[in-house]
Amino acid sequence: MSASHHLDARNLLCPMPVIKLQSKVKSLSHNDVLSVTCTDPGTKHDIPAWCRLMGHEIIDTTEDRNEIVFTIKVIKTQ
Amino acid sequence: MQKQTRKAVALVSGGLDSMLAAKIIQDQGIHVEGINFYTGFCVEGHTQAIRKKDQDKIKRNNAIWVAEQLNMPLHIIDVVEEYKDVLLNPKHGYGANLNPCLDCKGFMVKKARAWMEEHGFDFIITGEVIGQRPMSQRRDTLPVIASESGANERLLRPLCAQLLPATLPEQEGWVDREKLLAFNGRNRKPQMKLAQDLGFEDYAQPAGGCCFLTDETYSRKLTDLWQARNKRDYEIDDIILLKIGRHLRPRSHFKLIISREEGETRFLEGYRSHFAHFYIASHSGPLTLIDGQLSEDDIELAARICARYSQGRNAEIVEVKFVPPGGETKTLQIKPLPSDDILQEWHV
Repeated sequence: MSASHHLDARNLLCPMPVIKLQSKVKSLSHNDVLSVTCTDPGTKHDIPAWCRLMGHEIIDTTEDRNEIVFTIKVIKTQ
Repeated sequence: MQKQTRKAVALVSGGLDSMLAAKIIQDQGIHVEGINFYTGFCVEGHTQAIRKKDQDKIKRNNAIWVAEQLNMPLHIIDVVEEYKDVLLNPKHGYGANLNPCLDCKGFMVKKARAWMEEHGFDFIITGEVIGQRPMSQRRDTLPVIASESGANERLLRPLCAQLLPATLPEQEGWVDREKLLAFNGRNRKPQMKLAQDLGFEDYAQPAGGCCFLTDETYSRKLTDLWQARNKRDYEIDDIILLKIGRHLRPRSHFKLIISREEGETRFLEGYRSHFAHFYIASHSGPLTLIDGQLSEDDIELAARICARYSQGRNAEIVEVKFVPPGGETKTLQIKPLPSDDILQEWHV
């Protein structure tokens, strides 16, 4: 499943990538797929954890050199 | 008729006290969601991900981690812009350094109150304990936070509630006051014992709290920045850069931010387009950002300082590149400044 929305969170330190993600997700609809590119290694814990807490689904995570890309399916229950 | 589930918003710093406070209220059948404010000065948000020497440490945002332990939704709010007024104009003044703790707590509870009202929640909880902190957590300042934030009797401190007048959630029977606690003072043992009883084996215990403004060195750097610019103001990049690299101010009108290792070099590279900078061409060496304006004389002095911190520090000649933002790169062949000529007072 490829992402139709993208968020560039490179060179941002935690928690800014999560704040940006949170804000982006608000503007998206249920089942939208978003990719987020990060460079802060802390996001490897924080973004999956935040998604679990808020009910969004991590479809894929890739890491290439210093960049981590999360592919996230937005789940909105209400 | 089904009993209405009450909802509380918990201020979550990522530390033990706010985790315990939220857990105690969850255990009373209240729906709790966490809120965490990002001021730009949060300790864990800055450098843990940068320095190579810290690569082995577990990298996590403790507020998110706490929320995970409690299986509790968490809302992280960026308050960087609004927070400037709290730091620059604190009504209640500063603590030992540039920490405006009382104004800060009042600001956060006020923001939480607005969030509570907007989202239809019933009350606010914090992990405050009477006597725990010298400025914001005293018997005489806790009511100040409640009144100035406008939260008033909707602000519940579960860890010391039994030592305080009953709040609305207690009066209305939403929570059982008997199950709340009477912690008091700086002793952390009761919290640690409670954590153990509740099954928490791992939790963050940041020394001196979770805010850089309580740190003497950081506060000194921030004061230096304001003095050099003749203006008490900052942007988010300013306050992040204060925690990265070696800061030297050889002249009042410019400062060098010199990376100390590979992780910092990589991070500072992200700022190259915004800052004049130096890099060492002939040897391994740091990346140096310039905060301020350099004259022709300054360029040579700055280059010699940069070379001092490179692998060519003992060489006769080191090649240094100076890159002004948007300008042409200049190549300098210079002798590194002897260590005795790096004056102690240049170190910020």
